[in-house]
Amino acid sequence: MRTFIQRRQAGILSLLSTLIVIIAGLTIGFIVLLISDSEQAWTAFWTILSFGLRTMRNVGDVLLSATPIILTGLSVTFAFKTGLFNIGAAGQFAFGGFVAIYIGVVGADYIIMPAWISWTGLEAIPPIAPPLRIILSIVGAALAGALWGAIPGLLKAYRNVHEVITSIMTNYIAMYLISWIIQNTIIDIAPFTTQSLPADSNLPTMGLEYIFREPLGAGFRTSNVNIGILIAVAIAILVYIILNRTTFGYELKACGYNKDAAKYAGINQNKNIVRSMMICGAIAGIGGALNFMNGTGLSMTASPALAAEGFIGISVAFLGLTNPIGVIFSGVFVSYLFLGGARIQPFGFSLELVEIVISVIIYFCAFVLLVKTNIGKLIFRRKD
Amino acid sequence: MYIIEMRNITKIFPGIIANDDITLQLQKGEIHALLGENGAGKSTLMSVLFGLYTQESGDIYKNEEKISIKGPNDATKYGIGMVHQHFKLVHNFTVLENIILGVETTKRGVLQMDKARTRVVELSERYGLSVDPDAYISDITVGMQQRVEILKMLYRENEILIFDEPTAVLTPQEIDELMSIMKELIAEGKSILFITHKLDEIKRVANRCTVLRRGKYVGTVDVDTTDVETMSEMMVGRKVSRTVDKPDASLGDVVMEVRNLTVNSKLHNKSVVNNVSFDVKAGEIVCIAGIDGNGQSELVYAITGIEPASSGSISLNGKHIANIPIRERSKAGLAHIPEDRHRHGLVLDYNLAYNLILEKYYTPRFQKSGFLRFSEIYSFSDMLIEKFDIRSGEGSHTPTRSMSGGNQQKAIVARELDMNPNLLVAVQPTRGLDIGAIEYIHKQIINARTNGSGVLLVSLELDEVMNISDRILVMFEGEIVADVDPKQVTFAELGLYMSGAKRDEVAV
Ligand SMILES: Nc1ncnc2c1ncn2[C@@H]1O[C@H](COP(=O)(O)OP(=O)(O)OP(=O)(O)O)[C@@H](O)[C@H]1O
Ligand SMILES: [Mg+2]
Repeated sequence: MRTFIQRRQAGILSLLSTLIVIIAGLTIGFIVLLISDSEQAWTAFWTILSFGLRTMRNVGDVLLSATPIILTGLSVTFAFKTGLFNIGAAGQFAFGGFVAIYIGVVGADYIIMPAWISWTGLEAIPPIAPPLRIILSIVGAALAGALWGAIPGLLKAYRNVHEVITSIMTNYIAMYLISWIIQNTIIDIAPFTTQSLPADSNLPTMGLEYIFREPLGAGFRTSNVNIGILIAVAIAILVYIILNRTTFGYELKACGYNKDAAKYAGINQNKNIVRSMMICGAIAGIGGALNFMNGTGLSMTASPALAAEGFIGISVAFLGLTNPIGVIFSGVFVSYLFLGGARIQPFGFSLELVEIVISVIIYFCAFVLLVKTNIGKLIFRRKD
Repeated sequence: MYIIEMRNITKIFPGIIANDDITLQLQKGEIHALLGENGAGKSTLMSVLFGLYTQESGDIYKNEEKISIKGPNDATKYGIGMVHQHFKLVHNFTVLENIILGVETTKRGVLQMDKARTRVVELSERYGLSVDPDAYISDITVGMQQRVEILKMLYRENEILIFDEPTAVLTPQEIDELMSIMKELIAEGKSILFITHKLDEIKRVANRCTVLRRGKYVGTVDVDTTDVETMSEMMVGRKVSRTVDKPDASLGDVVMEVRNLTVNSKLHNKSVVNNVSFDVKAGEIVCIAGIDGNGQSELVYAITGIEPASSGSISLNGKHIANIPIRERSKAGLAHIPEDRHRHGLVLDYNLAYNLILEKYYTPRFQKSGFLRFSEIYSFSDMLIEKFDIRSGEGSHTPTRSMSGGNQQKAIVARELDMNPNLLVAVQPTRGLDIGAIEYIHKQIINARTNGSGVLLVSLELDEVMNISDRILVMFEGEIVADVDPKQVTFAELGLYMSGAKRDEVAV
C-alpha cells in the first residue's frame, strides 16, 4: 500500500516536471524569436501557443497531423524497448504510404490484365469496393513497412550489422525505389507526383467533421480529421499491451535490457530482433498509409526526399519518454507546435526560422526530459 | 581522535530503512571491518561516506571536524576512495585511462599521458599491483580489474580506503596478495574500511570490527580478543554452524555424461577445455576445483549452452544436449547458477518477480494465450522470497538493480533450485553471501541432491569444495587431472593438483 502511494506520487511528480520542462523549452523558443525579430516576437509566440486551440477546426487539424508522427513515434519506441534504434522509420513510412496510395489508386478502377495471362480468359479485375480497398491499403502498408523493417532486422540478427547503419541505407533505397516506381506506374506528370487518391479511397471521418469545424459565412469549414487518429490511439494502446502484458513483450524487453541474460534464459534473441523490427516497420508503414489517406488530396512526390515524419518520430518517442501512451501526448504536442508555427510566417519569419524555433523547443524538451529521467534512474539505481 | 567518524547516520530507501542511526568510528592506521548479513546496509553506509547517497540524518567528521560530502568529488577532496562491490570501470577504456579518469593532468587542454603512465607504473611496482596499463578492461580478469580499482585510489592519494567485498571475486591466491597489500597500506599510515563476509579474513587483517544487523548498529569489537563465533552470532542474532550435516550419498543413475568435450577459445584458436570426460550421477555433488582460468568457465558455458562446444558430446538423462538451444536444455532439466550474476543471471531493470520467472514465464502457469498471469507471477515470487529469505525494500516489486549484492545472488539461487532440476550447474553459488545464507544455500543444495538431482559445483573456495562435495575433479589447463574423494584428500594435495605439480590419469 505504501509503495502504491509512493508510485502515484512519483507519477504526479513526473507529470509536473514534464510540464516544467515544456515551459523551459518554450522559453528558449521565445528567446530565438526575440533574437530574430524582437517586435514581432510576442505576437508570433502567442500564435504558436494558441493557434491550435483557437477553433475546433484547428483542434481537428492538430489531431490530423499528429496521426502520422504518433505512429512513427510508436515505431521508434517499440524498437527502443527492444534495445534497437530504428532510424529506418522514414523508409518504412514512405513504403507504407506508397503502397497505400498504390492500392487506393489502382484498386479504384478496372485493372487491365496483361496480355500474357489472356489465356485464362481474365481480362480485367473490377474495382475493389471502398471499405475493402481501405482495409487493403492499410494492411498492404503494414506489410510493406514490415518488409522494410525486416531487412535491417535480419542483418542485425544474423550478420551482426548495426541497425542504425542498415536503416539509414534502407531509407535511401526506399526513397529512390519509390521515386522510380512512381515514375513508372501511377505518376501524374503535371505536378510530378502520384495520382491523387479517389475520394472513396480515403479514411472515413465518421462524423468527426461535425465536431471539428469552424463557422465560415453561412456554413462551416471543417477539418479533415478522420478515424486515423483513433487508429493511432488504438495502436498505441496495443503496443502498450504487447510490451507490458504479454510474454512476447517480456521477451522483447529482456533482450533490450540485457541480451546476455535473455540468452541465458533461453530467449531466442535473433528471432526477437527480426520480429521487433518487423513490428516497428509495420507501425511506421501504417503511419504512412494514414498520412496519405486523409482526404486532403496529399500525394507523394516523385522527386526523391526522405520522409520527415520518420525523424520527427524519434523526437516524439523520446519526448514521450518511450512510453506508448506518452507518445500519444507528445505527438499531439509536436503537431500543435508545427501547426501554430506554420502561422507565424505572415509576421515576417522565414520558414527556416519557424522550423528552427520548433526544433529548438522539441529538442530542448526531449533533451532535458531524458537527462532528468536518467539522472533520476542513476540516483535510484546507484548500487554498491 | 578518529580520522573518520560517522555519527548517527540514517538512510532511507523506498520501503526500507537501510541505515538506522549508525555510528562508525575509524582510527588512523587501522583496518576496520564491517560485518553484517546481506542487505544489512554495509554498502549503503559506505556509499554515504563516498558521497553517492545523501543521508537523511547524521553527520560525518574528519579529524573531529564536520565535513559535508555531496558527491564522489568531495570524497576525493577529503582523501576518501572506494573499491565498489561491483566494479565501476569503463570497459572500452584502457587500464591507464580508467585510472586517471576524472583527475587527468592536462597542459593547455591536452592530456599528459606520459606523466600519468610513469606514476601508475611506479605505484604498481611499489605495491606489487601488477597491471598492464594498455590493456582494455574488457580483456582483463576480475582480479586485475580490482588491482586497477586499487591503483585508482592510490593515484588519487586517498588516505581513507573503502573496500566493499573485495575478496568475493578473488581466487584464494589473489586474496592472500590483497591481504598483504592492505597491511602494507596501513603501515604507510592509510586507514581502511573493509567489508567481507569471511570471518577468517577479518581475523587475519582487521583490528576492529563493526557489526550491523538489518540496518541497525549492533556493536564494535576488538578482533584479536573476540572469537569468530561471537562475531557471527552478533551479526545473525543466533548461532550459526559452519559445517553442514550431510547424509551419505545415495547414488542413482548417471544424469550427465560428458565425453571428449573440447572447447576452443573465442580469442585464440587454442582449446581451453581439452578432451574432458566425466559423469555426474543422480544424488551426487561433483565439484570442479581449480585455479581460476583453467577452463572451468568454458566447460560450464559448453554444458549450459552459453557458448558452443567445439567437439565431444554431452548427454543429460540420455538425451544429447551439446547442440540444442538453451531453452531445450532447460526443459530437459538443466538449471544453472551463473558465474556472473549481473551479466547472465539477472535483468537488472526488471523487478524481482520478473527475474524469478526468467526461465518459466512461458509455461502455462505464468501465461495464458500469450498474456502474463500477474497474480500467479506475484504469488509465486512472494513464495520464493519468503522461502529463501530474500530481503529488499519492496518485495516482489523491488527493482532488482536496487537490491544488495547478496540478495541478488539469493534470488538467482532460489530461482534455479525451484526448477527441481535433474542437473544443477552451480558456479560459485555462495559468492557474496553472508554465513547464514551460505549455510541455508548449502542445505538447499544438499536437499536437491537428496531428492535425486545431480549437482555440478564449480567453486574456488576450498572450504566449500571440501564441505559439500561427494567427489572432486581438479581442472588444470583445460584438463581433468584428478578425480578424488574429499574425505581422503588433503588441502595440500589438492593444491598440488591445482597448480599442476601432480596429476593422475583419470579415466571414466
Ligand atoms: N539504491 C537503492 N534503492 C532502493 N533500495 C536500496 C538501494 N540500495 C540499497 N537498497 C536497499 O537497502 C538495503 C541495504 O542494502 P546494502 O546494499 O547496503 O546491503 P549490504 O549490507 O551491502 O548487503 P550485501 O552483503 O548483500 O552486499 C537492502 O535492502 C537494499 O534492498
Ligand atoms: Mg553490499
